[in-house]
Amino acid sequence: MELKSKAPDGPIETRWARHKFNMKLVNPANRRKHSVIVVGTGLAGGALAATLGEQGYNVKAFCYQDSPRRAHSIAAQGGINAAKNYQNDGDSVYRLFYDTVKGGDFRAREDNVYRLAEVSVNIIDQCVAQGVPFAREYGGNLANRSFGGAQVSRTFYARGQTGQQLLLGAYQALCKQIDAGTVEMFPRTEMLELIMIEGRARGIVARDMVSGAITAHMADVVVLCTGGYGNVFFLSTNAMGCNASATWRAHRKGALFANPCYTQIHPTCIPVSGESQSKLTLMSESLRNDGRVWVPKRAEDCEKDPASIAEQDRDYYLERIYPSFGNLVPRDIASRRAKDMCDQGLGVGPAVAGQRRGVYLDFGDAIKRLGQKAVEERYGNLFEMYERITGDDPYKTPMRIYPAIHYTMGGLWVDYNLESTIPGLFVGGEANFSDHGANRLGASALMQGLADGYFVLPYTVANYLAQAPKYTADASHPDAVAAVAEVKERMNKFLGIQGKRSPDSFHRELGQIMWDSCGMARTRAGLESALAKIPKLREEFWSNLRVLGNGDELNVSLEKAGRVADFLELGELMCRDALDRAESCGGHFREESQTEDGEAKRDDEKFQFVSAWQFTGDPSKPELHREALKFDYVKPSQRSYK
Amino acid sequence: MSTINLVLHVWRQKNGSAEGQFVRYEAVNISTHSSFLEMLDQVNEELIEKGQDPIAFDHDCREGICGACGMVINGHPHGPQKATTTCQLHMRQFKTGEELWIEPWRARAFPVVRDLVVDRGAFDRIIQSGGYISARAGSPPDANALPIAKGTADRAMDAAACIGCGACVAACPNASAMLFTAAKAGHLNLLPQGQPEKDARVLKMVAQMESEGFGHCTNHYECMEACPKGINVEFIAQLNRDFIKATVTARGEGERRGGDG
Repeated sequence: MELKSKAPDGPIETRWARHKFNMKLVNPANRRKHSVIVVGTGLAGGALAATLGEQGYNVKAFCYQDSPRRAHSIAAQGGINAAKNYQNDGDSVYRLFYDTVKGGDFRAREDNVYRLAEVSVNIIDQCVAQGVPFAREYGGNLANRSFGGAQVSRTFYARGQTGQQLLLGAYQALCKQIDAGTVEMFPRTEMLELIMIEGRARGIVARDMVSGAITAHMADVVVLCTGGYGNVFFLSTNAMGCNASATWRAHRKGALFANPCYTQIHPTCIPVSGESQSKLTLMSESLRNDGRVWVPKRAEDCEKDPASIAEQDRDYYLERIYPSFGNLVPRDIASRRAKDMCDQGLGVGPAVAGQRRGVYLDFGDAIKRLGQKAVEERYGNLFEMYERITGDDPYKTPMRIYPAIHYTMGGLWVDYNLESTIPGLFVGGEANFSDHGANRLGASALMQGLADGYFVLPYTVANYLAQAPKYTADASHPDAVAAVAEVKERMNKFLGIQGKRSPDSFHRELGQIMWDSCGMARTRAGLESALAKIPKLREEFWSNLRVLGNGDELNVSLEKAGRVADFLELGELMCRDALDRAESCGGHFREESQTEDGEAKRDDEKFQFVSAWQFTGDPSKPELHREALKFDYVKPSQRSYK
Repeated sequence: MSTINLVLHVWRQKNGSAEGQFVRYEAVNISTHSSFLEMLDQVNEELIEKGQDPIAFDHDCREGICGACGMVINGHPHGPQKATTTCQLHMRQFKTGEELWIEPWRARAFPVVRDLVVDRGAFDRIIQSGGYISARAGSPPDANALPIAKGTADRAMDAAACIGCGACVAACPNASAMLFTAAKAGHLNLLPQGQPEKDARVLKMVAQMESEGFGHCTNHYECMEACPKGINVEFIAQLNRDFIKATVTARGEGERRGGDG
């Protein structure tokens, strides 16, 4: 299969403008004749459904939460990047593009990244117009902060709740369209299958999570904005309900899955405290603006009260190793250095499973320099959250942090139009693979979600609708009927196994395998052992699962069973991809491929491509396709933040 | 690691039309580092092992921001700790041997779906009725074209911090949704972008709130006590002022419309 990005040639600065002009339009009177399914109502899906509704299309939007306002975009704390250059500190669209390509360790497509940087400025305008209460300076202009991987201040924020405020903006716009009747909203409804008719995506099978009803929903085009797959690790910063079933079902129907091994570990999360833990909590990267990361220089100091450790006995290791970026190095680097320190026995905090996994994030200097009030104003809610979870007061004692799974750069393969390899199936936001390469820079996920939802997909979906053959089938079409029957059979299978283990117990076990072998550091031997363990676990799942109750009621175990079944296949693909990619790049760190000082060592000659995997019917035997990456503007180099 | 044992009385109700009742469970060996929901996870795993249906409860982000979780614990929405969602409530707040009564939000406008899960669709419908600023994608001016005083933006943000969990309704003796509606309208009404639709927004949101079956506000302020984000009741006063102004303006417009014939 040849993978074509379909991006136009010519100067990169004008590619999107020319592409927009060349795309087909749907005239306003014809829009109501077209129907669009949008699955997921986070920043990408919510913004898209609202925008298409406003333009006059018939939209059906689905989310598993009880309200679209609760999609996990809401939990993003720190901010959203945009090349506004309001600080006059040297920012530009080109610099944001450059930083993002470099930050992604030269594994993203230049065309997509340039477009992202280009529309970033429109996003801020749009959000302000909607009433998003971004932080402001006393003069009334918008305030900015700095984020990792950049030397300019281009991050817009709303206290530590930027994702919440951006999502509420999109949600409110969506609500307006629900009221206007252009969007029909299906909350507590989960997509369980993609319906294909004559080779095109034409609908989904979804389960009403309250009544248990399983129904086919048909449309001219289907868009998945269903987020990432970080929960394959069980413990992550994702919401408990985040899952990969929509994208995985589409993958099984023929959509290629790109770069599944690219996962992001966020450096500043609250360390694991025990075995009953259900999720990990992130502390915004913005804290690294003012917090200083350190560990004791001597292992014997690790148990001491941090206040009693003298300045000269502390190792501010990020400032020492990376003098020019200091505490603001990109996430992958900050994470690996924290792991190194703990592996060397310099970690702090209580030992879990025999090791102290934590480093200090210290605000002592910031409080001295700015005063407690200023620090409180910037990070007050984060400090409170930290105290509630750990019982420690970060104004008095340094925070303890450790990396955790946070984001997945991989996802369904899409072209420049964000269309997958299945015609009529588009993918936006974290669910696609397109913009972040092997590592995402902080404050870029919100940017990408809204870019896709407000400014990219509305054009490219219209372009598809204007050209696709007129849709005629309805839910009585044999392919739709068969898809519904398949889903019902699957649900009955989960209920019928009547084994001994809960879905969560399988999920935890899979998560442990993934974290040990496909987490922050990966080796050939570790990945091979995971590839042996996962199919066995999957086999046990299908013979020893216990789901109580029925399918025709609210049944949380049944929902989980379906999600874990898909994670058990996806996890294996991630390990296979990580094994195949015998180089290190961004968040993918193969221990066999590192520089002398322990940095990720890419192998551009062999691996300057996107891995796109095709499902073949056997989850253990996917077929690999490659999209070569070209860099005409940002020349690949060894990333250096020193 | 220290652990505690608790006795739980949990509201179990199979669906919206079934009768519900409290059922007694023992939660043993609960780590004090666990969150309240992790404690329930642990109880649920044991129930599944015994072949009993696990307790259904809403939850998602477990970071106190999505607003999905919420249950009444010993009469307090979200439990005893101030300004804390149920998911952020940690077991170090409890002592071994304590008995806890756990029940869903109780309000006519929030029907029980199952066990501790309620339907908060009424909140969505209040927003749909007018809780937005119309801004078509693609048409806005430059973001800095409209300076907004820091104090105004901060105050709008104070209101916008609402997570829509419904604790305010659960805490109110009248099951009123005034704090929620006031926070949502207040955020937009404070901003210059929100002015053109302000009157219509206030009238429509209040009308929708009343039609959903929420009770009236009689100034008990229990809502503010229970709110995990500390939304201030001053926004209720602001909503009342905005409502009166909007009612007067609407009446005036009605008369003018008559004259325009």
